[in-house]
Amino acid sequence: MDTMRDRFVDVTTRLLDEDPRLAVVLADITAAAFEPAAARHPDRVVNVGIREQLLIGAAGGLALTGMRPIAHTFASFLIERPFEQVKLDLIHQGVGAVLVSAAGSYDWPAGGRTHMSPGDVALLDTLPDWTVHVPGHPDEAEQLLRHAYADGDRNVYVRLSAHQNAAPVAVEPGRFATVRTGSRGVVLAVGPMLDAVLAATGGLDTTVLYASTVRPFDAAGLRSALGERADVVLVEPYLAGTSANEAHAALADRPHRVLGLGVPREEHRHYGSIPEHLAAYGLDAASLRERSDTFLR
Amino acid sequence: MTTKTSTDTAVPARFEDLQPLMALMTGDEKHGPAATSTLDALWVLYDRVLRVTPATAEAQDRDRFLLSKGHGPMAYYAVLAAKGFIDPAVLPSFGGYDSPLGHHPDRTLLPGVEIASGSLGHGLPLAVGTALGLRAQGLTDPAVWVLVGDAEFDEGSNHEAVAFAGAGGLERLHVLVIDNSSATHGWQGGIAQRFAAEGWSTATVDGRDHEALYRAFTAEHPGRPHAVVAKVEPKDVVVG
Repeated sequence: MDTMRDRFVDVTTRLLDEDPRLAVVLADITAAAFEPAAARHPDRVVNVGIREQLLIGAAGGLALTGMRPIAHTFASFLIERPFEQVKLDLIHQGVGAVLVSAAGSYDWPAGGRTHMSPGDVALLDTLPDWTVHVPGHPDEAEQLLRHAYADGDRNVYVRLSAHQNAAPVAVEPGRFATVRTGSRGVVLAVGPMLDAVLAATGGLDTTVLYASTVRPFDAAGLRSALGERADVVLVEPYLAGTSANEAHAALADRPHRVLGLGVPREEHRHYGSIPEHLAAYGLDAASLRERSDTFLR
Repeated sequence: MTTKTSTDTAVPARFEDLQPLMALMTGDEKHGPAATSTLDALWVLYDRVLRVTPATAEAQDRDRFLLSKGHGPMAYYAVLAAKGFIDPAVLPSFGGYDSPLGHHPDRTLLPGVEIASGSLGHGLPLAVGTALGLRAQGLTDPAVWVLVGDAEFDEGSNHEAVAFAGAGGLERLHVLVIDNSSATHGWQGGIAQRFAAEGWSTATVDGRDHEALYRAFTAEHPGRPHAVVAKVEPKDVVVG
């Protein structure tokens, strides 16, 4: 199976041929894979080198001229390093871009903390009007990327990961999908967390919702999935509790409980593999079963 | 607002008209030296170089001027008022709650203002993207100008943009550096050589000499971006 990042290159290369508004801005990362597209569209596939402030600033400038810029690098260098550019060169200018990241939280554990950005979605939550897609499969990534490119001039963040589910879910951008229904509360699995959540909740009388779009937060979808018990477990592949405020706001008119699971805030000074890190964060199926079962008892 | 703008009058605005317009704005005296340092260069640009008017402020093939150094925008607002982009009657509202004229400009509140600025080091990268976007649309004629200060040049984002624009030969990109010697550690050997080292065309001129500014602004620079360093009196010297 291809990766989400492979699919990003493929679908974007094809759409550059069809949509003259699209322009890709790179900062060396993934530049080699975009070489065929750059050869065909040298003015619309631009590699600025290892200059991430310029990556976002140039995207803002492209948008000021009416283009639909797509900026891409690892999440650490796309959101965290040039965060003021994200705030000022896009949002404050009143223009939009599509930011496509790779290696968000734990994709390259051997690379260590410098290449981990579990706080990216929480950072974007400090700014207005972001759409955030977190696909769990390359097919979903393609669908959500196509949707993002055509999404007017909105600012859209598409968080691609090497961690993916075995099969795609039929998703509608912006809506939570119901994967399983039960009466003991709701477990909301975000993107790549779905397979572990399904394994963890097998045999339990629990509703499983799936989110491939987390902002705007589908409050109506969450509310309609709840029965008598307003107990919600969030399982997110980035900073634990990132969507807790959204869940609380969605349920503000009724007594409720929310458990936010995800990547812990503390630095985890180990290298190794993705499964080892998921287990260490309590995000493997066995840990998720224990934690959600205790909460939903 | 009922006051006529300068475009309604038969007599074109003159450089001498700017000081009275600036005097209408109060409340940002802290940035007074920053405002007057840009006055002559801004005037020559808007009066004789930029191909943009209030009528073409939204035209896709207009020249674009990006004020990166958003501090002390009184000279900028005065020039925009003299050229009819802003009604002079709004100038006294400078900094007020409902005013479109902030101590840093906001493009969403003012016609003719290309970017919202204030935080230093954002205009030049935005100008690079603007030049790229125009080129990608086949618009090879419009010029993109960005004004930065010599202290603003401390910000590393400028150096990302200077190196890339030089390597990429962004011919329609122009930088105007207002150098009033305000950078804390200075620029040994001058600012122009930072641009020249990256393949830019450069000129360093007296920032109060209108003819010298005009010649520098209109110098040919085929295949290369162009930087004009306008040197003015150090910021602690009171002007005029």
